[in-house]
Amino acid sequence: MRFVSLIYAGLQAMVGLGDYDAYSRHCAKHHPGEPMMTREQFFRDRQDARYGGKNGGRCC
Amino acid sequence: MQGRFVWIGLALAGIGGLAFLALHRGETVNALWLVITASCCFLAAYRYYALYIARMVMRLDPARPTPAIRRADGLDYVATDKTVLFGHHFAAIAGAGPLVGPVLAAQMGWLPGTLWIILGVVLAGAVQDFFVLFISMRRDGKSLGELIRLEMGSLAGTIALFGTFVIMVIILAVLALIVVKALAESPWGLFTVAATIPLALLMGVYTRWIRVGKVAEASIIGLVGLLAAIIYGQEIAASPFWAGVFTLDPVTLCWVLIIYGAIASVLPVWLLLAPRDYLSTFLKIGAILALAIGIVVIAPPMRMPALTQFAMSGKGPVWTGGLFPFLFITIACGAVSGFHALIASGTTPKLIADERDAPLIGYGAMLVEAFVAIMALIGASIIDPGIYFAMNSPAAILGHDPASAAQAVSAMGFAISPQAIAQAAQAVGEHTIISRAGGAPTLAVGMAEIFSHVIGGAAMKAFWYHFAILFEALFILTAVDAGTRAGRFMLQDLIGLALPSFRAGQGPLPGLVCTGLCVAAWGFFLHQGVTDPMGGVNTLWPVFGISNQMLAAVALMLATVVLFRMKQQRFALVTLLPTGWLLICTLTAGWLKLASSDPKLGFLAHGRVVGAALDEGRLLGPAKTIGQMRQMLFNDRVDAGLCALFLFVVLSILGFTLRACRQALAQPRPSTREISSELVPAE
Repeated sequence: MRFVSLIYAGLQAMVGLGDYDAYSRHCAKHHPGEPMMTREQFFRDRQDARYGGKNGGRCC
Repeated sequence: MQGRFVWIGLALAGIGGLAFLALHRGETVNALWLVITASCCFLAAYRYYALYIARMVMRLDPARPTPAIRRADGLDYVATDKTVLFGHHFAAIAGAGPLVGPVLAAQMGWLPGTLWIILGVVLAGAVQDFFVLFISMRRDGKSLGELIRLEMGSLAGTIALFGTFVIMVIILAVLALIVVKALAESPWGLFTVAATIPLALLMGVYTRWIRVGKVAEASIIGLVGLLAAIIYGQEIAASPFWAGVFTLDPVTLCWVLIIYGAIASVLPVWLLLAPRDYLSTFLKIGAILALAIGIVVIAPPMRMPALTQFAMSGKGPVWTGGLFPFLFITIACGAVSGFHALIASGTTPKLIADERDAPLIGYGAMLVEAFVAIMALIGASIIDPGIYFAMNSPAAILGHDPASAAQAVSAMGFAISPQAIAQAAQAVGEHTIISRAGGAPTLAVGMAEIFSHVIGGAAMKAFWYHFAILFEALFILTAVDAGTRAGRFMLQDLIGLALPSFRAGQGPLPGLVCTGLCVAAWGFFLHQGVTDPMGGVNTLWPVFGISNQMLAAVALMLATVVLFRMKQQRFALVTLLPTGWLLICTLTAGWLKLASSDPKLGFLAHGRVVGAALDEGRLLGPAKTIGQMRQMLFNDRVDAGLCALFLFVVLSILGFTLRACRQALAQPRPSTREISSELVPAE
């Protein structure tokens, strides 16, 4: 099971989707009570961050 | 203790394999030998060299907080499992380069390319990626331009940023050229690639509005659509009407690509770029895995000779120039790639959880990339050499029909019949395979050979060929799209230095202007390549190779400066050795392309020949009008100017490096600009 979830996380990381669980853990620990993005908002935010152009993105 | 014997055994097996390949003469070598030798060498290099660099040279410290710990924000800075991060980094560095370069280099035989990929990656390419990752990781994940500015001064940073932008333009042009070469006059191929656009739009709408963020579901839908498009493409190619619609000549296709690039780079990212990126990434990883399995399962013999006469003469039809220095710039990304310095200073350093993960990600991912390059070289070497040269020589040598091509290729010493050439085209469902330089079609033939042996037999060959073409075209188009956006921001930064109103966030106009400039720039070189009588790849690929390897030299010079500033200069040979070799190769190659008196090699010499003909009112080669002659002359001057520019960039960075190293030596204490030294435990 751990292997499958590792593969799944790897595939997500390959296309730069980010880890929502890590984000919500971070928010709960460091910014309790503050508003945080929903899963959908997080997805859109990560998409814009990946392709915004600032990160060369991919290679030749 | 037992473990140590295994590692020593692996190292010895690798060295033995290299010696066997290098000294082997006579009968055909099996591709498995290359796979085994490369694997042993890479594993041993990782175990001994990468960990030596990590412990002794960089002194990686698990107690030292990485940017992902110090600046954790749950978004850009996230401590990530090293296996997952390896996937992220590898997907970002793996592209078309390691597939194309080795295919072009195969004209010299498979041996020189194999040796350079293995030795180059171990001593130069992986070292570069690892060092840039390390340097960026210790400086909050800053980008290459910022790192050079930080350690070598702002002028050096600006020059490097400018050089990077020009390299980006050349890369985009050469990648687009490969797509043109693969899809021109190929209705089946063009239809399947065109079908990816509506498929991506559908996936985009799905992930944005219907099932938000469900990328896996959307990708499965997309993949099914792609397979359907490949199968249906055969009928398109057979239909008299639709075949006409999807059969474009190279110049038209070039304009279609330029217009597509301009539109795609201003659309919202979620609509086209992101979904196609998902498709192309998953397809790429799948195809690489399948290729590796296929090679191991069918263990094909290498039909290309280990060395051809072109390795000695330097007069090969695919690209002109001798083994030194041109082999070392033709195989760019598989052995050393400067572009990786941009990736290793991009998102990856912000995601590392522990400094000890850096060797696996920085050095290890590049080893896998080199393995992909070895597989590409195998793919090009297991097909009949006669077919290889018929596909990769320029039309100026081959003519346009199988009879003339067979005669020209047989005259090179690779006997082949016109029937064999016609049959090879028919087997993969194309009208012609003659003069399809650029690497992608050749590799697709090799991959179709391997895949059809495993699944489907001869009947499936055409399917697998178009699958391979689609997989390459798909991620090249994604790179063109994403690269145009990245180039636009680089240009805005550069113009913003002089005109602050041009910086990002100052309204839409500067962005649109810079996007337009960026597309126009790569479009110019693409058009030049498409209309080039020598086939374009012949001219553009060396310019790309020189620029990419020069960027690698710049990154390694930065690494050298950092070592001197860390007071670790006694280990400087680790970076000085590859820096020196890359400088020798790129400066020699750049100078030859600029100033060689051979018009086939030097841009200025070629320009003089064209200029002399123009003065007499003569037409040369394929030029049909005086206007085309003037265009050729102009192109030669632009290319020569480009070479001169690259030489200037790399020599000036060399100057800044020497100055920074001397200053560092004069300091009694380490003078690096690492961040958060107060958090570092005392040594």
